Amino acid sequence: MSTQLAQIEEQIAAMKGQLEALSAKKNEKKLSMVVFSGDLDRVLAAFIIATGAVAMGMDVVMFFTFWGTPVLRDKGKQGRDKDIMGKMFGAMLPKGACAVKLSKMNMAGMGTAMMKSLMKKKNVASLEQMIEMAGELGVQIYVCEMSMDLMGFKREEMITYPSMAFCGVAKFLEEAMTSKIQLFI
Amino acid sequence: MSDEIKVDKVMDLKGLPCPMPVVKVSKGIKEISVGQVLEAHTTDPGALSDFPAWARTSGNEIIKTEQGGGVIKFLIKRKA
Repeated sequence: MSTQLAQIEEQIAAMKGQLEALSAKKNEKKLSMVVFSGDLDRVLAAFIIATGAVAMGMDVVMFFTFWGTPVLRDKGKQGRDKDIMGKMFGAMLPKGACAVKLSKMNMAGMGTAMMKSLMKKKNVASLEQMIEMAGELGVQIYVCEMSMDLMGFKREEMITYPSMAFCGVAKFLEEAMTSKIQLFI
Repeated sequence: MSDEIKVDKVMDLKGLPCPMPVVKVSKGIKEISVGQVLEAHTTDPGALSDFPAWARTSGNEIIKTEQGGGVIKFLIKRKA
């Protein structure tokens, strides 16, 4: 009888240990997002989700890569020592959040301008405001080092953001592994 | 509406669209103590599903919802 009891106690102890290990491993309330797109509508959606997630009590990490990278350029800053390709990419890609276009109905910029004025009228925050708010709320931004290099962007031409770092795919995957939600935008 | 419930803080979020009401309320609730009540006014119809979702996720409690004249009033008790 007492051996049975001891066995049960042992089993309970083992289960307790497993439970503790499980809850420690349990994904934190975290959202990891890849921002691949450089379209105004998509990036805006990314920031709306990001700021909303912070409001819901989540940690948020955003990874900017490829076409998303130029969204974080500062229109008032210049990159130094660019080669010809870098200069060309720099001139052809939008210089910062104020220069990105809609994915649809851009109509040579007319559609984007119309959407922006409509957003203002309806009190919808602009992309620049959303980025600023994300910074205040503690949204962590990582920028893909390879995209920076490929497009010839320099760190000194990026926006001043409270928590921005440069990384590769492993950093994203590490964050994604411990996130309840992962999005690719 | 607050005859019987003591309100400790009022937030006017009228005219603000998504995601602002929820973002601001999540900031505002941190300015009151646990057990105190926040009253939020919004004109965003989406708030009717957003506020309860936010409250459930953040562990706070909506103790009253009232609609009228295009304005939705929430009484939220800070629990977490």
